[in-house]
Amino acid sequence: MIYRENGQFKTTYAADQQIFTIAQDKVFVLGVIAFAFIGIPLLADEYMFRAILIPFLILSLAALGVNLLVGYCGQITLGAGAFMAIGAYAAYNFMIRIDGMPLIFGLLLGGLASAGMGILFWIPSLRVRGLYLAVATLAAQFFCDWAFLRLGWFTNYSSSGSVSISNLSVFGWGIDSPLEKYLFCLCFIVVFAFVAKNLTRASIGRQWMAIRDMDVAAEVIGIRPMWAKLSAFAVSSFFVGVAGALWGFVHLGSWEPAAFSVDRSFQLLFMVIIGGMGSILGSFFGAAFIVVLPIFLNQVLPALGHLFGIEISTAGISHAELIIFGSLIVFFLIVEPHGLARLWSIAKEKLRLWPFPH
Amino acid sequence: MKFRSLALAAAIASVGLSAAVVSPAAYAQAKEQYFPVIVYRTGAYAANGAPWANGYVDYLKLVNAKGGINGVKVSFEECETGYATDRGVECYERLKGKGATVFQPLSTGITFALTEKAPVDKIPLITAGYGRSESQNGAVFTWNFPLLGTYWVGADVAIQHIAKQAGGLDKLKGKKIALVYHDSPYGKEPIPALQERAKMHGFDLQLLPVAHPGVEQKATWLQIRRDRPDNVLLWGWGVMNSTALKEAQATGYPREKMLGIWWAGAEPDVKDVGAGAKGYSALTLQHGAEPNSKVVKDMLAMVHAKGQGTGPKDEVGSVLYMRGLISAMLGVEGVRKAQERYGKKVMTGEQVRWGLENLNLDQKMLDDMGFAGVMRPVQTSCTDHLGSSWVRVHTWDGAKWNFTSDWYQADQKVLRPMAMLASGKYAEEKKITPRTPEQCKQ
Repeated sequence: MIYRENGQFKTTYAADQQIFTIAQDKVFVLGVIAFAFIGIPLLADEYMFRAILIPFLILSLAALGVNLLVGYCGQITLGAGAFMAIGAYAAYNFMIRIDGMPLIFGLLLGGLASAGMGILFWIPSLRVRGLYLAVATLAAQFFCDWAFLRLGWFTNYSSSGSVSISNLSVFGWGIDSPLEKYLFCLCFIVVFAFVAKNLTRASIGRQWMAIRDMDVAAEVIGIRPMWAKLSAFAVSSFFVGVAGALWGFVHLGSWEPAAFSVDRSFQLLFMVIIGGMGSILGSFFGAAFIVVLPIFLNQVLPALGHLFGIEISTAGISHAELIIFGSLIVFFLIVEPHGLARLWSIAKEKLRLWPFPH
Repeated sequence: MKFRSLALAAAIASVGLSAAVVSPAAYAQAKEQYFPVIVYRTGAYAANGAPWANGYVDYLKLVNAKGGINGVKVSFEECETGYATDRGVECYERLKGKGATVFQPLSTGITFALTEKAPVDKIPLITAGYGRSESQNGAVFTWNFPLLGTYWVGADVAIQHIAKQAGGLDKLKGKKIALVYHDSPYGKEPIPALQERAKMHGFDLQLLPVAHPGVEQKATWLQIRRDRPDNVLLWGWGVMNSTALKEAQATGYPREKMLGIWWAGAEPDVKDVGAGAKGYSALTLQHGAEPNSKVVKDMLAMVHAKGQGTGPKDEVGSVLYMRGLISAMLGVEGVRKAQERYGKKVMTGEQVRWGLENLNLDQKMLDDMGFAGVMRPVQTSCTDHLGSSWVRVHTWDGAKWNFTSDWYQADQKVLRPMAMLASGKYAEEKKITPRTPEQCKQ
């Protein structure tokens, strides 16, 4: 009843081309953003910020990047962790080697370096597709793992191979407290989500989708596959690289290559598959599912056991966490193979008819 | 169907949420000294992480069985990391708000991440036998306590031991020593100390990294077979150790010439290899397997006999169990020392830090606590957060570990300048002003 577009007429092309054509959607999304900027800082405590919200935001950004490539352009990648690592280490090197480098530039340059390396790695991969491509992207992962472990220059010859960065500040505003870090990440993610949404609505995004759906047909109607694929690789790597730099700088503060291992790549791919391929919103759902759910289970299970007077051992909880998490993945994939984002849109369709379904 | 499942999922989530709201109340502790316990009982390194955790928790139970720390009872809570740095950071954030006394991260990666956070939250970190080696300089690393030695201490003594077997430090010239290490900050820590010693004595140091988790070492041992180094130092962890020993056996490299760090010198590392590991030695930062010590007998009588033991009974007194136990003891003694100054009540992290910095466990105190023959005195100061650098070597005879060397002490003439240099670089990067002697007295 509430969620209906009746009476909302579009009288101009501009009105027809808005991101959210239905007024309720627009109000809802603006409400969520306003809540994220104002409500959450009032409600959340330090644990929420540091352990849940900041990792969630940063990995959402990374998942968004992967989604552009996997969901929109249809190119499977198992090397997303590598591009996060490139972003993080490139930003680190820009920050320590250039005096007075502003933080935001450093992070964006990290993203650009990742985009550049993305193009370089993907050029040879242009000739393969499908599963073979996935294997080729693994090569990028292993190469980066090797490079950041063994080439001392990248880690500024740190004896342990671990690098760290601190005293972050933007325009003299020191980003120290968890709240400031959260807001800093939030600004990034809002801007990047907006850019991603618009990219996918523009001609470039349509080219990606055409390639995804059928590359031969796309070529016939005049889309250059090489250019479309390379642009998707570059944009995706840029997003993922910035996310990697934020992960290192803002979340961990000090990191080693293991923070961006092949596990991370798989995690990002799962986020996209579970959240919903080809959906901006799905990236957020997927990140929430993968980041928050295990932590949530880890804390709820002992509390649940406590209610019933059962003490579960730490190892038992950890195993149960993995079992439940795994079965939930299977459950969602069977119930809704198009991801959590699809569930969301089904809910919206139901809402349009509510409370008087036919 | 789809809508129903959605509703089901929502219902499950809401039940869980309400439980999460309930949970903090269940853990509310008021007048107890709260010890967060970061462990890994699952994952690739579970075989080594579990005994450590059992020893740690058992000792805290023993403290309670003996009446607490000067009457203050101890409470604790475990958090599982699976050796993953991000989960470790999550655990830290979760547990620190509950009045955490001291954190023992039990992973070099987590130690590096927490080193940045601990000064802000004012919670000390004990990294007994691991962590970053330069943090022995307490003037810069105010909140880190690498008590009982670091990897540099291990590396230094390893060279001393090899030299002793060869008949003197001057005999090392021209020798080839290979370091087979876990390719992570943990495995890389000893390299600077070994390089320093290599420069001093003119031996040839060969670095052979092994990728995590370390089950693939064929290429490494092929290289060892080709180059035939005089000694192999093993800086492995978990499954990497037993794999290395099996490879050594297959390659025919004498186990007698292999020397591991303490992470590579426990029962789970050699048990699978059994007789094949006979003759293999490892460094112990003070203690080895101590089934006959008084503290272990107390543990069996006061905790395990009452059915409150954490792990299997036959594991009590094993190497990593003892390591967990001693780690807990150091934290508890830090609290006890702090109570001398601040009164016999629950201590805050800041007060415990003072206690750890002024720790002075002499032999009599250790003997009274049941650590006779297990460890030697520990004394820390503002600038020295190491406390002790005594090391013994023990050797696997096919069934158990036996001590085969006298006590060594790491040469601080070598290590101290290195630590000062590295910590100075760290201070410069982080814009930390090292504490002056006046500030230390506070």
